[in-house]
Amino acid sequence: MSGLTGASVPRLPRGVRLHFDTVRQAHVLLAPERAFNVDGNAVAVLQLVDGKRSVGAIAGDLAAKYNADAAVIERDVALMLGDLVAKRVVEAA
Amino acid sequence: MTTSAITVPNPIGILLELTHRCPLRCPYCSNPLELDKRSREMDTATVLRVLGEAAGLGILHVHLSGGEPTARADIVEITARCAEVGLYSNLITSGIGRATAVLPDLAAAGLDHVQLSLQGVDAAAADKVAGLRGSHDSKMRFAEEIARQGLALTVNAVIHRGNIEQVEGFIELAVKLGARRLEIAHTQYYGWAYENRAALMPARPDVDRSIRIVEAARKRLAGSLVIDLVVPDYYALRPKACAGGWGRKLMNVAPSGKVLPCHGAESIPGLEFWHVQDHSLADIWRRSPAFNAYRGTDWMPEPCRSCERKEIDWGGCRCQALALVGEAAATDPACGKSPFHARIEALATAEAAVEAPPDYIYRGPGPRSGPSAAREIEETLS
Repeated sequence: MSGLTGASVPRLPRGVRLHFDTVRQAHVLLAPERAFNVDGNAVAVLQLVDGKRSVGAIAGDLAAKYNADAAVIERDVALMLGDLVAKRVVEAA
Repeated sequence: MTTSAITVPNPIGILLELTHRCPLRCPYCSNPLELDKRSREMDTATVLRVLGEAAGLGILHVHLSGGEPTARADIVEITARCAEVGLYSNLITSGIGRATAVLPDLAAAGLDHVQLSLQGVDAAAADKVAGLRGSHDSKMRFAEEIARQGLALTVNAVIHRGNIEQVEGFIELAVKLGARRLEIAHTQYYGWAYENRAALMPARPDVDRSIRIVEAARKRLAGSLVIDLVVPDYYALRPKACAGGWGRKLMNVAPSGKVLPCHGAESIPGLEFWHVQDHSLADIWRRSPAFNAYRGTDWMPEPCRSCERKEIDWGGCRCQALALVGEAAATDPACGKSPFHARIEALATAEAAVEAPPDYIYRGPGPRSGPSAAREIEETLS
């Protein structure tokens, strides 16, 4: 479903934003008529989604930060963002 | 009431009906039959305070609605306040009147999203439903301005007998206008729509076809357009969880500041509603008698009480139970388990089978205004 590769450049479109809900002490991705709960890993990815970094670059940053295998992380990041693309809350070039 | 106030989860959305003034006169309007007058509308300071309280209560989405919300002179200030306190702002608009002119300022103030209502796919059909000549063309100009501002757009189309043949057309138009989301919302028969039910009720085969069209389009347009479908209750087997369940997720503030669990709740006699002028939003959510009246499952009669779906659909809609069964606490007759279910489906089928449906009773102030011709656009913006 995802179709995202390491070279894909994801971005949050207008009308979608990451929000920290201070009442519930959790991040949510806010979209029209919808709000998605996002866990810690997804938050780490979404905080790097800026419309400039590629999936590969995001995975590289996270791999360096968490001392993990970049290839494994890239696959997970592509899957997670691909799911959000299908839900129309992330766009990728 | 046995539902403990302490266990009530916080709401996630609030619908602010900022005004009941609207240039359109749609015969299915969700506003009450008795419209609030301009002189009774909440003042700016009250609205701004309510928005701060909403954020503090954990509300995420605020729907700036009406009537036509841009008819309020302070709509930019209200939108800016949403951004300031972190609320996701959704402007639910007709796109008529000041809407186009004020849109750049709303975008600059941090508006997150626009929901534009369309009544049809061409001017003649749309203007007849809206009761306003020139409305459709005006909406198309508004949609151009949305694109120019780069704002996220949802198109909302309320579906009924008069436009059910246009579902494919609505999908095409939504794509053309650059919408990322489309609501194909079959009419919900409360308030004005209940009054106009015989004029609006579509036939079952047309409803089924409209659903097939939406399902095919969802596949075809996956990843480019999200289509939300609201199916008509009278032909349904299961009721919808009205407002996500009474007092579970949503609050609705009428122009006067009266806070309701859903926009139709005022039709239920004996409920005590509180006002934002007298109580904080948190207090209203947790303690107002209206919010506690049908909250949770303790109020439920059979067959709801022992139903495995009672925490899925929460007994359906109280307003509909009252309107059709005469008892607000009854099982929503949209449910196949209701003893009245067969009767409402038969009612819908009979109304839809009438060759020439009655004229629309257009929405308007005061006593029901009766059938009347479409007005010119200039007359309406008082």
